[in-house]
Amino acid sequence: MDLFRFAAPQAFFPLAGKMIPWFSVLAGALALAGLYVAFFVAPTDFQQGEAYRIIFIHVPAAWMSMFLYVVMACWAGLGLALNTRLSGMMASAIAPTGALFTFIALWSGALWGRPTWGAYWVWDARLTSELVLLFLYFGFIALKSAIPDPVRADRAGAILALVGVVNVPIIYFSVQWWNTLHQGSSVNLTRAPSMAATMLLGMLLMALAAWMYSIATALARVRSIILERERDAEWVRMTKQQMQAAA
Amino acid sequence: MNWGSLNEFIAMGGYGYFVWGSYGVAALCIALEIWTLRK
Repeated sequence: MDLFRFAAPQAFFPLAGKMIPWFSVLAGALALAGLYVAFFVAPTDFQQGEAYRIIFIHVPAAWMSMFLYVVMACWAGLGLALNTRLSGMMASAIAPTGALFTFIALWSGALWGRPTWGAYWVWDARLTSELVLLFLYFGFIALKSAIPDPVRADRAGAILALVGVVNVPIIYFSVQWWNTLHQGSSVNLTRAPSMAATMLLGMLLMALAAWMYSIATALARVRSIILERERDAEWVRMTKQQMQAAA
Repeated sequence: MNWGSLNEFIAMGGYGYFVWGSYGVAALCIALEIWTLRK
């Protein structure tokens, strides 16, 4: 099977439509399992009491916010280098979900900081660089929607996305490079996680749910972007007629 | 099982405002995104 065929919006549109229900169901099932573990299986933390349960939304959202930015920048860079039509659309489709997870990470972090640090917000390196990430997402979305010509918008957006990628390692390593109030990572690839196995399981389930959710929303959004950008193409007119007839 | 009653579950050991504030706003954001995508 020739996978590169799906680089064409016309071929990718129905494929995305078929994949959305699968990823949505997976996201829902994983989130339910994750929430069950988070609230009913994971024990109470001996230091933070029940306040630590914010971890199950905060950490997956923060992981996702960084990961989605890198994926977005990869698509944007691919579009810039190879002029592939779908790449810029994929980057646009990912940005709002990335901004959403960045906001959730900041919001849940503020509500976690208040009971544990005594402040909703401090200008700590980790918090500040995550806030910069939110502004990068907003800047990317705003820049793209400010330029009417989609080809030029893709190009300008790609440059912003690629320059902004430097912020992701800054966020990730901020807790090592600077003396931050934010704690270091409890889970990484070099050593065993410093938390109970059930806590880790809940976090991983929620993280997987966030992945599936992000894929589903990005695919749903890229479909509407394809319909809008390729509206003059014959197949789009046919597809729209079929969708209206079905609805 | 961590909770003796529904009230205990809602109270979250005194941190209910922070825990449910986090999950509530996250759920609201996700619901809003799904709603805008379905339109």
